[in-house]
Amino acid sequence: MSKGDKMPVIYYRQALNQALREEMRRDENVFVIGEEVAQYQGAYRVTEDLLEEFGDRRVKDTPISEEVIAGIGTGAAMVGLRPVVEMMTVNFALLAMDQIVNHAAKLRYMSGGQIKIPMVIRAPEGAGMQLGAQHSQNLEAWFVHVPGLKVVTASTPYDAKGLLKSAIRDDSPVIFLEHALLYSMRGEVPEEGYTLPIGRADVKRKGDDITIIAYLRMVHIALSAAEALAKTGISAEVIDLRTLRPMDISTLVESVKKTKHAIIVEEDWPQCGIGAQVVDQLQLHAFDYLDAPIMRVTLADTPMPYSRELEQSALPNVEKVIATAGSVLKGTAREPAVSI
Amino acid sequence: MLTKQDKIDIFHEMTMIRKFEEKAGEMYERGNIRGFLHLYIGQEAVASGFMWPLRADDYVIGAYREHGQALGRCASPRAVMAELFGKSTGVSGGKGGSMHLFDVNRRFLGGTAIVGGGLPIAAGIGFAINYHGGDQICLCFFGDGAVNEGSFHETLNIASLWNLPILFICENNLYGMGTAVERASAVPNLPRRAQCYSMAVETVDGMDVLAVYEMADRLISEVRETKRPAFVEAVTYRYRGHSIADPGTYRTKEEIEEWRRRDPIVQYGKKLLDEGTLSSEEIEKIHSDVAKEIEAAVQFAEDSPIPKPEALYQDVYANRI
Repeated sequence: MSKGDKMPVIYYRQALNQALREEMRRDENVFVIGEEVAQYQGAYRVTEDLLEEFGDRRVKDTPISEEVIAGIGTGAAMVGLRPVVEMMTVNFALLAMDQIVNHAAKLRYMSGGQIKIPMVIRAPEGAGMQLGAQHSQNLEAWFVHVPGLKVVTASTPYDAKGLLKSAIRDDSPVIFLEHALLYSMRGEVPEEGYTLPIGRADVKRKGDDITIIAYLRMVHIALSAAEALAKTGISAEVIDLRTLRPMDISTLVESVKKTKHAIIVEEDWPQCGIGAQVVDQLQLHAFDYLDAPIMRVTLADTPMPYSRELEQSALPNVEKVIATAGSVLKGTAREPAVSI
Repeated sequence: MLTKQDKIDIFHEMTMIRKFEEKAGEMYERGNIRGFLHLYIGQEAVASGFMWPLRADDYVIGAYREHGQALGRCASPRAVMAELFGKSTGVSGGKGGSMHLFDVNRRFLGGTAIVGGGLPIAAGIGFAINYHGGDQICLCFFGDGAVNEGSFHETLNIASLWNLPILFICENNLYGMGTAVERASAVPNLPRRAQCYSMAVETVDGMDVLAVYEMADRLISEVRETKRPAFVEAVTYRYRGHSIADPGTYRTKEEIEEWRRRDPIVQYGKKLLDEGTLSSEEIEKIHSDVAKEIEAAVQFAEDSPIPKPEALYQDVYANRI
């Protein structure tokens, strides 16, 4: 693409679809398997038209049997295939946790390095659609806890394509978390193939006064909050973690060295959540640079209620992020000049 | 058809598995082996009989009582003993232990300590075989306890639906840990549980290695040709408790004695003697050769180095992160 050309603007789900299509064309060993991925075209249409191009050998509908779906991915990966397993939602992946945690994550280690598991498990998660407690969870901390798994999140269509392609090429099991509310987000995505590195965070907005760390849908909440803070004279840097395991601590430390303040915005629960790990690493590696405690904006520590008002009050939002940033900056020269 | 040499080799292998396990138990008592140790003594005819007709490019999935299966798949007794000792020369580099034996070169893919956990993986291997249009098969071993796990039903359903080339072998040793099959299963007739999924089911006397071999030879060919899964219940008995820590008080002495009278190695030895395949001197020689082989395995394990400290962080991922 020459300079000045506009990139195509496509949906997040289409970016994922492009990544799958390109990797399946590139490598005969890549296949897609899951509930409703083939004939139905994917519950969120991520696998649209793949059946038509690749046939039912490589795009495989399964019964509703999550444990064996994850096991087929694991077993097939053990003997050389590169499965991309779709869990219709992360909530259903709980039925497959034995295969994911006890098998996929462990087989390489406990075989003394004889086995590799080049498998991706894709799953949408997240809340905001009034789906109630069993369909509105963010379970990244469950996976991040487990050595042997990598955990990747994409906040934009551009990231979704580049990160999914890298995940498919990775020789270790990767949990690739998507957000149900992001599938219809639009963004610029190059038509040609490109990959983004696993293990690297991305500075989504430059700033000098406070670092806002986020991932997945919360990146957009953080960016909106940064816009609002800018109007009050506060310059916020927004970092998208992108990869939750391995986590890119050095990018966070570099930012905090500059801004001296940090908050984390996460859609998971607070206890032992992703932000807890971020705080631990920042106090260890950037303690001397911090002018105030690090604070977190998280999901309410409750199962998700159905009622729209209750659900919205449980979720992090722009107002909560601005207020938390204000608390962290209180007493500094950068305290918001006007109330927001 | 088994040649005379095959018959002798099978006898040698069963004797080797038995003596390996007896020695492993002894090494546990001496503190050289720790953790859980689930001995296979009494079940030797199952591993040997089913593994004999396999091709080198077929796959095997075991469970946690898998020493006999690993040895039956030709894993080196030295490397298996070294694994039990936690040494770096072990089949899994000392990181797996008794329940996690892997020998990828011999396509022995574990070694899992979760009851029923190997079945979904066998489905993945069967899927991969079909994906490449191969004619290998996957042998999947598990115990009677696994039949009550959800993974058993999910796997048999999909294996039948998709024509996966898997031979499911349920080693029914009558107890899932300390719970008798009748106390755990609403339908104690285990083949009936598999029959629901439209596959061929059979039962074999797991104490009779020739019966096991003949059935295995026939079913392995059938699975290979038809690409249809099949289920076998091999009725067998473990002489020891569930693990080394289990005194087995839920079983009567009489019951154990009754099964011991049907010992698979003694029975088979007698048969070979009667038909003139082996003389009693030759049987004695096999016993003493195997004893030496196992002593050498112990010596190898003792002499082997422990894993280096840096091994702790190696092989968590396929690439460095």
